[in-house]
Amino acid sequence: MTLHEDHAVSIGSTDGAGPMVPVIHRVVAATADLDDTTTLTVRPVDNALPRPQPGQFNMLWLPGIGEVPISLAGLDGDDLVHTIRNVGAVTDALCSLQVGDFLGVRGPFGAGWNLARARGRDVLVVAGGLGIVPLGPLVDELISDRANFGQVSVVIGNRSPDTLLYPERVKSWAESLEVEVTVDVASPDWTGHVGVVTELLTAVNTDPANQIAFVCGPEVMMRFAAEAVIDRGTPAENVLVSLERNMHCAIGHCGRCQLGPMFICKDGPVLPWSRVDPVLKARSR
Amino acid sequence: MTRVVDTAGLDEIVRLLRAAGRTVIAPTVRDGTIVPAEIESGAELPIGWTEDQNGGYYRLAATDTPERFAFSSPSDSWKRYLHPPRTLLVRTRSTEAGIDVELPDPSAPSVALFGVRSCDLAAMHVLDQVFLDDAATDPGYAARRADAFIVAAGCAHPGNTCFCASMQTGPTPNAGYDLAVAELYDNGQHRFLIDSGSDRGANLLAEVDSRPATEADTAAAAAAHDNAVQHMGRTLSPSDPPAAAAHTDHPRWDDVAERCLACGNCTMVCPTCFCSSTQDSSGLIPGEAERWRVWDSCFTADFSSVHGGPVRSTTRSRYRQWLLHKLVTWHDQFGMSGCVGCGRCITACPVGIDLTAEIAALARSGSESGEAPNTTNATVT
Repeated sequence: MTLHEDHAVSIGSTDGAGPMVPVIHRVVAATADLDDTTTLTVRPVDNALPRPQPGQFNMLWLPGIGEVPISLAGLDGDDLVHTIRNVGAVTDALCSLQVGDFLGVRGPFGAGWNLARARGRDVLVVAGGLGIVPLGPLVDELISDRANFGQVSVVIGNRSPDTLLYPERVKSWAESLEVEVTVDVASPDWTGHVGVVTELLTAVNTDPANQIAFVCGPEVMMRFAAEAVIDRGTPAENVLVSLERNMHCAIGHCGRCQLGPMFICKDGPVLPWSRVDPVLKARSR
Repeated sequence: MTRVVDTAGLDEIVRLLRAAGRTVIAPTVRDGTIVPAEIESGAELPIGWTEDQNGGYYRLAATDTPERFAFSSPSDSWKRYLHPPRTLLVRTRSTEAGIDVELPDPSAPSVALFGVRSCDLAAMHVLDQVFLDDAATDPGYAARRADAFIVAAGCAHPGNTCFCASMQTGPTPNAGYDLAVAELYDNGQHRFLIDSGSDRGANLLAEVDSRPATEADTAAAAAAHDNAVQHMGRTLSPSDPPAAAAHTDHPRWDDVAERCLACGNCTMVCPTCFCSSTQDSSGLIPGEAERWRVWDSCFTADFSSVHGGPVRSTTRSRYRQWLLHKLVTWHDQFGMSGCVGCGRCITACPVGIDLTAEIAALARSGSESGEAPNTTNATVT
């Protein structure tokens, strides 16, 4: 056994560490977004991982506790930003991290949104609940590269007004883009839409025939959203969704994220609806 | 150039492999079955033993001959020697200053896998596609695979559950070995035809007393091959898997789910099932922890769990995932079938579910048997 003096061992590194060895990062910012949701900004202790693209994910790891796939919420300079919802033992521990704490990161993994293919076209972004997290850096990129896209509309569905993630960021998006927010359950002071996201998809100003739709949310929401967008005339291959499975390795070795012919970890998580729909139609695939 | 050795020559190969520092893993009789395990000499091969296999059934039987390879294939596969059931990934120590990551010793114990059937050689080629992927290579697997000296053994005794001829993976090995042995026992003449498939194989063979094969020897081996092809206990038609794949709501899935115990035995004995989980644990010493990769099975509820529950919540959906992955979507992922026709899943199934029968039934009937058209709009739950 050799004890590595270096804290960080990067993926595919020349020391033969292999793709299952996490690279140690330190928490430089931790913000509680909601009661059950925290955003961590993490910085490599030593060597940095390759720069991730919007829509890709990292594996976040705590020794002795576990590792989970978490999509990229953004980059702060060279720091990685991840927003994590507390839904189990590992995410609970991750949400409890404080500035200065250490964690392991592997990544980046999978196919991202690939915004380049939307260049010159209209863009429709549909986010449901936590689905806003991987779409956030995509919207940021759309704004910074605004001239290269046609009409851009962002539709956000959420449980309730007070559980909307990134409220200030969403407000700033609305300064340059068409942004519509709807909630399932309104509070007394809510003056916006109430209902499911699909109801707003008929009202947005993008051209269905000439748009790329980026959709992320609960699987059932993505089905209804994708079908609504396709009904309006967008080809299924231009509707991109991001799927969630419980990857353990993220490199196609553990087999846990298989969906029909696909490994969600490497063929996805972002996939065109045309590939996903036939497989998901067979129940419990 | 095929050489011929006698039983002493075969034993000498085992001795030379051990003398070279290799642990020799070979079929041997243990606990009432033939399994691949360490042997110290050729005397520990299953001399005079064969077996009777069928759905959920395995019994050793005596052959009353001195044959070493009169059985079909060992009841367990060789998978564990390349993709171990438990693999330490990292050991860590958390301190104020960070997390020290300690990697396990990458050097693998040198092994020789002796007596590998053609189906199992094909299975190693299948596993290579998973773990030697250019984009993400498993360094441990790569080291073990490169090191392992492989002595293949052509199969002249296929069992009731065998169908390698259907899968075009056997019964005679044609690539992927250092040495390949064909045992011939006729009219009291006992000999082994040996081909080398690598330089290290040829070098080892050169150290053993042997004679060139005669035409009669090679003709006898060819006849044994033809005879084995004719005596496969099962068949699997290549047109069945794609036909079955179109029937995702076939009533036969409910039927097989009634019988399947979701025990996962099939996935453990399968030479190509590669799925695993990664487990983190902490010990009694504060700050020290380990990560292990352990074999897992798509038949467990946990395997497909995301927060909120398993994606595949029923035995029906899990059996379907296993069967259609093995026989259909494996082609999409790796350009080949995930099944090599070894038949172990049939033998190891406590209730004798036979994938060749299931896939044939699923391919055959379909809508004629009253299958509802697939109009469901439901997503995974």
